[in-house]
This record gives sequence, structure tokens and C-alpha cells, in this order.
Amino acid sequence: MKRIIVCVKPVPDPKHWHKVSMDPVTMTLKRAGIPSIINPLDKHALEAALSVRDIRGGEVVLLSMAPPFATSNLKEGLAMGADRAVLLSDPAFAGSDTLATSLILAAGCQWIGDFDLVFLGNFSIDGSTAQVCSQLAEFLHLPNVMHVIDMKWQENDKIIIIQKIEQGYVKLEATLPVVLSVRKELNKPRYVPFTGILAAESKEIKVLSNEDLGVDSSSIGLEGSPTKMAGLELRRFERAKERLAGSIEEIVAKLADKIYQCNIS
Amino acid sequence: MSSNGCKGIWVFAEQRGGELHGVSLELLGKANELAQGIGCAVTAVLLGHNITSHAKTLVNHGADIVLVADDPLLKHYRVLPYSYVIEYLIKEYQPEVLLMGATAMGVELAPRVAAKLKTGLSAHCIDLKLDREGKLLQVVPGWEGGVIATIACPAHRPQMATVMPGIMRALSPTEKTGQIIEVKVSLTDKNLGPEVLEVKTEKPAGRPLEQAEIVVAGGWGVGNEEGWKTIEQLADVLGGSVGATRPAVDEGWVEEGQMIGQSGKTVRPTLYIAVGISGVMHHVVGMDQSKEIISINTDANADIFEVSDVIVVEDFKKVVPKLIKEIEARQKVCK
Ligand SMILES: Cc1cc2nc3c(=O)[nH]c(=O)nc-3n(C[C@H](O)[C@H](O)[C@H](O)COP(=O)(O)OP(=O)(O)OC[C@H]3O[C@@H](n4cnc5c(N)ncnc54)[C@H](O)[C@@H]3O)c2cc1C
Ligand SMILES: Nc1ncnc2c1ncn2[C@@H]1O[C@H](COP(=O)(O)O)[C@@H](O)[C@H]1O
Repeated sequence: MKRIIVCVKPVPDPKHWHKVSMDPVTMTLKRAGIPSIINPLDKHALEAALSVRDIRGGEVVLLSMAPPFATSNLKEGLAMGADRAVLLSDPAFAGSDTLATSLILAAGCQWIGDFDLVFLGNFSIDGSTAQVCSQLAEFLHLPNVMHVIDMKWQENDKIIIIQKIEQGYVKLEATLPVVLSVRKELNKPRYVPFTGILAAESKEIKVLSNEDLGVDSSSIGLEGSPTKMAGLELRRFERAKERLAGSIEEIVAKLADKIYQCNIS
Repeated sequence: MSSNGCKGIWVFAEQRGGELHGVSLELLGKANELAQGIGCAVTAVLLGHNITSHAKTLVNHGADIVLVADDPLLKHYRVLPYSYVIEYLIKEYQPEVLLMGATAMGVELAPRVAAKLKTGLSAHCIDLKLDREGKLLQVVPGWEGGVIATIACPAHRPQMATVMPGIMRALSPTEKTGQIIEVKVSLTDKNLGPEVLEVKTEKPAGRPLEQAEIVVAGGWGVGNEEGWKTIEQLADVLGGSVGATRPAVDEGWVEEGQMIGQSGKTVRPTLYIAVGISGVMHHVVGMDQSKEIISINTDANADIFEVSDVIVVEDFKKVVPKLIKEIEARQKVCK
């Protein structure tokens, strides 16, 4: 094994989501002051990479496209055991949709170079688009498999992959290099060892801007993204909100009436 | 092609193991609604091997045209050959819109196709509209579902969107005539990616949650497994399905497949009964399109009441067992 890249996305900590507000003018969400964590599934992706390294050797490199604050998230990944990290950070990247993000991440992978495997989480909890895996793979001209819940190595360096689908699974045989996105069933992310935190301090986090990557500037950021926000509004609900009162027996009788009114029983 | 230059609304007709996925028929229903406004043809794109018989089903559910790519190399879905073929067809016919199900297959395939064509794709739309200029307005729940965002893809074609199963309504099938076009594809010189060794699917017992007319859903407030049994009993006497929130799944009271919400299923039954559910947006986005919503919660200020037609502020343990008895009694009378 040469090198394994793990794409990690910093996301706002869901415990603090109620603090997010909306800017009605720019139609963007204001996340200032909200701590970020590694997207939970990306820890499973990292665990997958670390366990490949455990048996096959190679180097595990974290890759993230995010503002500079993400170094603290990358440090956590380094403490878990990754060897080094690359952070793609440039104001020109801001506002990228999944297509633009994938293009930038692909340039990051190419900058790192010489990799056999790229791991991602199946989806991120903030965007939740689950689009980056396939799009990154397309831009890298590599095959990809999503929904990975198991993988086993064959003697000939092929991997048997179990992909979860509705009510079942698909068993695939892949050759390297390949891009994989994982579900949580695949593994249990290891705890950060105490020594890991110390070790992370001396590991490299390389920060790259688009000057280093050279992605066509007309294809990135808000301007370069094909999807555009056309409107944003608070969700409104129009419901009868009829409150049933009385004794339990009365409430039950009214409820049964309501249920029969729905014409289904 | 119609007079206004609309080159068509396409729906990817998903099949696996020769079984058409219901979401494709649902999307055909929506595509027909979109096409009506602007007089545009609806095309279903069907890929696989020995699947041509499905073309008629697609026509009867509203496809004016079915493009069929039948090839042994397409027998099992694989992202590379499927995306090559769809890319080829899109370049050939240049549709305005391409819709796919947000299924295990669709979420892998749609972004790959969009990346090949360098066009935009919005995930998990809850509604779709076409404006007069043929711009597809893609409505998606944002930020915990508390906001509704409308996404457009003004400058790139096709405009692509994925939609979860259960959100759109299929047309009831009627005998129709449509144009079935077999397209020849050449895949032999392509990298086809990982090989499929085995596909295993179990038929789910009973009716899928997304198609249930009645859903009785329980949350953390149900308290324990014993409480959960009353949820199941209520669903049972009503002939409905059981739904759940994330905490109920995490507690192991119910299978993950029954989870409703942002990371679970989307349902829109005739009747939704929410028991011991607080109404966090993550959950609400999966059920707020239900026709009638009844909620039972001890907290008079529970958010779930904001989306409810009928509100019961009570301990479910006092209400639900009696409700089960009452319904059983009424059913006896009716028999
Ligand atoms: C990224 C992300 C995605 C998520 N996706 C989903 C999703 O798809 N689906 C989902 O459901 N959740 C999802 N969640 C979790 C979600 O945020 C909430 O935590 C969850 O929906 C709350 O479930 P609940 O209403 O059962 O529990 P609680 O919020 O704990 O509510 C329990 C309710 O029960 C009431 N209660 C207590 N005792 C009784 C009683 N005896 N009788 C009647 N009422 C009683 C209480 O008053 C309370 O309102 C997601 C979270 C994140 C971060
Ligand atoms: N900005 C990013 N930086 C690094 N990885 C990302 C980024 N965005 C998405 N990913 C990866 O893509 C996966 C799916 O994200 P998404 O398509 O946004 O749901 C995540 O779990 C990450 O592994």
C-alpha cells in the first residue's frame, strides 16, 4: 500500500445547532461561534484507513477543504492516528457546491499524489448531500463504491466490498485505486490514545491555497457552482391544532371518531 | 420536441434484479405534472438486461417515451457503465431535466452523471416546480429542516434532482401508448469498475412504510420496550405501519428501517399518529406532509403540536391502551 487519503469535513457541532441563524440578505446560514467537529461518518472513514494501514502498511493522509479553523479538527484526526494532513483553504473556495467542492478535493488528491485508496463518509450531517464521493471519483477518473459496510482483502490485492442497499447488499470485487464511502456499520472508530494527542503536535498540517492547486477559478466558489440558491424561507405549518379536552374516556372516544373520519378503518 | 423548445423531462427508471423501483413511477407522476404546464414530453430511461417488458409499465404510468438500453454489461447496476450510458443519452437528446430516486443506487449514480456533465444536482428534494422559462425550482429542507431552500440551476443542463421514495405520487396506471426506443450502447472498451459478485435482497415483510396509509410512530417518550408494544398494537388494530424517531431506534425498540425523518424515511400517509415525539425538525421533515396528524404528548408546549391537526396533552400510557380497546370494539360493531 502506498498512500490512503481520508476526506474529512468539519461540520458544526449538532449540539449547538439551535444557535445557527439565517442571514436574510445573503441567504446564508450564520455559524459564527459554533464549534466544529469532524463529520461523524468521516471518523469511520478514518478508522477504515487506519485498519488498512495496520495490515497493509502505507501512509494515511487527511484531506479537508475548509476555513483555517479546521486545523483543530485535523489535529483530532492526527491524534487518532493519521500520519499527516492537507488543508485546502482559500477564500476563493467559499460557497462551493458539491460539484465545486469535489473538483477542489480532486485537485487536493492529485497534489498529494500516489494514492491507492480514498475514503469518505457516506454523507455529511450538515449538507447531507452524499454527493461528494461519486463526484470526486469522477474527477479523479476512478471507480467508486458508496454505502460500504464491509471490506476484505484478497491475496491478489483485490478487495471484496459489501455495499448496503435497500433490504440487502451487493458484493463487489474491486481493484486499486478506488474511492470508497463508508456507512457506520463498517467499523467502530478507535479512541484517541493519550499518546496520540502528543504525537499529533509534531505531525504536519500542510495548508494549500488555490495558488498551489491551480483549479480553474471559474469552476469554484459561489460563482463557479452550477446550483444557486433561489430562495430561503422559514418553514411554516398550517394545521388545525385542535386540542382534545375532557376525561380520558372522552378523549379516547373523540380520538376514535377522528380516526374513523379519516376514512381508513 | 415541443414548439417552445423544451427537450424533455427525464426520469431514470431504476430497476434492480429486474424489479422496478416504486420511486421511478412516483417521479413519472411528478414529471407529468411538470410537463403539463409547458407541454413537454416525459421520457423514462431504462437500463439493464432483459428488462424491456418494463417499458410498458412506464408508459402506463405516464412516460411518453421510453429509452431502453439493454445490454448484458448492464445486467447488474454498476456506477461506471450506468453513468457512461446516461451521459451518452443526455448528450444525444439534451433533456432539460433529469430526475432520479434518492435510493442507494440513485445517490451514487446521480452525482456521477452530474459531474460528467458538469451540471448542478440537488439532493433529497421535497418538491419540484417548473417556472415559465423552464427553470426547475428544487425545494429542499435546509438546516435541520427548519428552513425551506429553493435551489435552481440556471445556466447548466440538464437540471438534476434526486427525490426520496414516498414523496411524490405515482399516477394510477392506465392503458396508454408510448414510444419505446431501443438504444444501442457500446461499453466493451470502457473501464467498468468493480465487478458484481452477488446481489442479495430480501423482500420486506408487509407493506413498505412509505406506502402505508396509517403510520403510528413512537419516540423517546414511549419509555421502554413494554411501552413500545402498545405502539405496535395500535398500529396493528389500525392496519398501519410502525414508525419511529432516532432515539427509539437507538434504544433498540425498533429496526432502523422504521426511522422517519431527515436521515430516515419520508412518509405521507392519510393518518400519522405521533406518540411521545417532541417534534424536532429532523423528524418533522419526514412526516409533515401527512394528510392528518394526531399527536399525543405530555408536554403541552411540545413542538410536534405545531404540525398537528389533533392534539392530546396526556400520558400515552393512559390513552393508547384504551384507544386500542375502543377501536377494537368499533371494529366488532362494524363487522
Ligand atoms: C444530523 C441528524 C439527523 C437526524 N435525523 C433524524 C431522523 O431522521 N429522524 C429522527 O427522528 N431523528 C433524527 N435526529 C434526532 C433528532 O434531532 C431528535 O433527537 C429526535 O427526533 C428526537 O426524538 P424524540 O422526539 O423521540 O425524543 P425527545 O426529543 O426526547 O422527545 C420525547 C417526547 O416524549 C414526550 N413524552 C415523555 N413521556 C411521555 C408520555 N408518557 N406520554 C406522552 N409523551 C411523553 C416528551 O414530552 C417529549 O416531547 C437527527 C439528529 C441529527 C443530529
Ligand atoms: N469540504 C470537505 N472537505 C473534505 N471532505 C469533504 C468535504 N465535503 C465533503 N467531504 C467528504 O464527502 C463526504 C460526503 O459529504 P457530502 O457529500 O457533503 O454529504 C463527507 O463525509 C466527507 O468525507
